[in-house]
Amino acid sequence: MLQKKKKNILELWMKNQLADEGLREDLISNDDLRAQSEELIDSLVTNLSSGNFTDLNSDEWSPVIEILGGIAITRARQGFSPRETGAFVFSLKEALLETLQKEIGDDTKALFTESMKINRLMDNLSVITFETFIKGREEVILRQTDEIAEISTPVIRVWDGILALPIIGTLDSARTQVVMESLLQEIVDTGSSIAILDISGVPAVDSLVAQHLIKTVSATRLMGAECIISGIRPEIAQTVVHLGIDLSNIVTKSTLASALQHAFKVMRLEVKKITPRTN
Amino acid sequence: MRIPTCQTMILALSKDTIKVTQEQDVVFLKNRVKEVAVKIKMGLVNQTRLLTAASELVRNMMRYGGGGSCLIEVVSSGRSNGVRLTFTDKGQGIPDIEAAMRDGFSTGKSLGLGLPGTKRLVNEFSIKSKVGEGTTVTIVKWANG
Repeated sequence: MLQKKKKNILELWMKNQLADEGLREDLISNDDLRAQSEELIDSLVTNLSSGNFTDLNSDEWSPVIEILGGIAITRARQGFSPRETGAFVFSLKEALLETLQKEIGDDTKALFTESMKINRLMDNLSVITFETFIKGREEVILRQTDEIAEISTPVIRVWDGILALPIIGTLDSARTQVVMESLLQEIVDTGSSIAILDISGVPAVDSLVAQHLIKTVSATRLMGAECIISGIRPEIAQTVVHLGIDLSNIVTKSTLASALQHAFKVMRLEVKKITPRTN
Repeated sequence: MRIPTCQTMILALSKDTIKVTQEQDVVFLKNRVKEVAVKIKMGLVNQTRLLTAASELVRNMMRYGGGGSCLIEVVSSGRSNGVRLTFTDKGQGIPDIEAAMRDGFSTGKSLGLGLPGTKRLVNEFSIKSKVGEGTTVTIVKWANG
């Protein structure tokens, strides 16, 4: 029955979607929307005629779920809100129920049974849509996490032979690995003899972070370079002492400026203010 | 009727439980702890101490307990407010708590400062552990303590 009404449902659905305030014409064109809707209805109606309403895990339903999942994921990536994505499926339910009502007419009992079936089915499909939508969003977040980890460890060459590495955020094992690798590589590439690790952007130094710092310093020493840790704030200094971490055999400074000064001293460089010559 | 005596009456003002199973939850937990500490006007040094302590314990929980949950409470002892954190995991437990509380003792390859260091950072510290059942660590840091 629904098969014959396919065109009808599609028209009704499209009307519902277009009437919805949440329609995002800036993100998706009407033609694309129609194509998506048509594809979904096609496979949905084919399945409805098979009579299997309950078991969505069965093979017959996999094409519908695949299409729906694909739509949900692209919507998540395009930046649709959950409400807008939900409206897509909910408005289909409305269109189906409306058609059903027109077809069955006065037979309340039959109308109720059929409506319940459609309801249950569409609710299941909505849940699937949301699951996939959220999965799509999570993928975006994971990708961003990776990107942040990549960009947050720049090695800066502040002077000939002096490298600086500002660390921002918490140092975990994975980040330490990235920091150490890029620092050691840069030491080789530039032939630097002093590296400054600036931790003013690290919110808290616990024993694991300290251990990672100590490891990085030892590795730099093995490469024949000296490593200075700068940016130790007063509260960090106090916590480190309370924790009982021994950083006494590492050169530490409170600011990047004083670390740079120390580096100049080690390299026997001097920064002088030019006094205008008086004749 | 006998009223059970307590060393000090500690009142819990607000409660919040956070589950920690992934690396991302750690950052979330630390942010929440910081928020609560700022709310009760804890000083910057104490904030950092509490945050560091929380960081140590949550690391332990991830590493040895396979994840768990943390209860964040704002507590009051009448005169001052503080933050109480309860870390609960269902990991293998600690066979020798006395040894674990000693500086430099570690079954992993760490500095072995986590538990004893944490104890020095906070005002109140208690640890309960049963081998095979899990570990519970409770710490309290007062806003001006």
